[in-house]
Amino acid sequence: MAYSGIGRKVRPNGGFELAWWFFMRISGLMLVFLALGHLTITHLINSVENINYAFVASRWADPQSGWIWRLWDLTMINLAVLHGFNGLRQILWEQILSPSKRVIASTIIWGLAAVLIIGGSYSILLFQENREYIQKWKAEREAARFAQSARHIQ
Amino acid sequence: MSTAALASDMRTLKVKIKRYNPELDEAPHWEEYTTEADPLDRVLDVIQKVKWYQDETLALRRSCAHGVCGSDAMRINGVNALACKILVRNVKGDTLTLEPILGLPVIKDLIVDMKPFFDHYKSVMPFLINDEPAPTTERLQSPADRARFDETTKCILCACCTTACPPFWSDNKYVGPAAIVNAHRFIFDSRDRGAQERLDILNDAEGVWRCRTVFNCTSACPRDIKVTQAISEVKRALLGGSIEMDRDPLQIIEA
Repeated sequence: MAYSGIGRKVRPNGGFELAWWFFMRISGLMLVFLALGHLTITHLINSVENINYAFVASRWADPQSGWIWRLWDLTMINLAVLHGFNGLRQILWEQILSPSKRVIASTIIWGLAAVLIIGGSYSILLFQENREYIQKWKAEREAARFAQSARHIQ
Repeated sequence: MSTAALASDMRTLKVKIKRYNPELDEAPHWEEYTTEADPLDRVLDVIQKVKWYQDETLALRRSCAHGVCGSDAMRINGVNALACKILVRNVKGDTLTLEPILGLPVIKDLIVDMKPFFDHYKSVMPFLINDEPAPTTERLQSPADRARFDETTKCILCACCTTACPPFWSDNKYVGPAAIVNAHRFIFDSRDRGAQERLDILNDAEGVWRCRTVFNCTSACPRDIKVTQAISEVKRALLGGSIEMDRDPLQIIEA
């Protein structure tokens, strides 16, 4: 006889905790790629010394690829904040058992998360780059490179 | 081998035991004993040597002493185990530290009150539920169907897993790994019809969702049950609504 599993279907359960558990799985998986990709681009491919306002601003302002970077950063910050704060909630819930204290803790946790999400999303979505500054920065960078190569020639 | 050679294998062990007598002590305290132990002695033998020859007031629970009844679960050098399944030669260092398992009220010395543990166990209805008319012979099941929940039939309810679980230490409302293992044993049994009810009970913040996949339960289990995996299978059944397996369970057991 093979493996039958007769009558082995159950109603998929829903619920708050199940939804969070599933979210943690999916967001965790996505963050592996988003955060490691971010780390590779900003710390391995580019040097930390070269990363400043102009680097980020010119990346977000790029007419072709700008939306990809904005989407990347938006997804990453929101998933990271929700994933992290829900993890914090679950750890705190082991220590905070009284319902009234849990209400206070929830308010603090999700208040903080809301500040970070709103602040982060606002910056990423409505960011307007300072073109003059970027131009100046690019010119300075070129000049520095030129000076460096000139030193090498000497 | 001569008797002399055997005698030289004897080790002097310092045995540190967390003692608590509710009639005399306000709080648990440590007491130390020194005893000779053979490398092939079990930790249980060492404790009984202390109890029989040094301090008869020491209280512990043990019954079969062969790793089947599960009554001598305790924290041995900081790790939950059955005292009858750990040999002295596997004890690192010269000190043997013994404590009652954590997260349950201590009655005396190494004995804890198991009632909260069994209350959680009972809450998942660990018995066959099937209202269909019973056949004239047995309720038949294929070897593969039996293999689906083979892992979780091995539980002896010693509480090593539940009391090794950090979420359970701080939150005793959490149903605990042992109860989930025993729910798994019936949820995935093709003869049982109570899967839905058990899953409804476990779909709770204090049910499977308190599990943080710490894996302490899996490493503590004296029966080598893959406890964390069983819990994850229940979580996946809650999400997907299926308690079938995508592979033939018999092949997994044979592999």
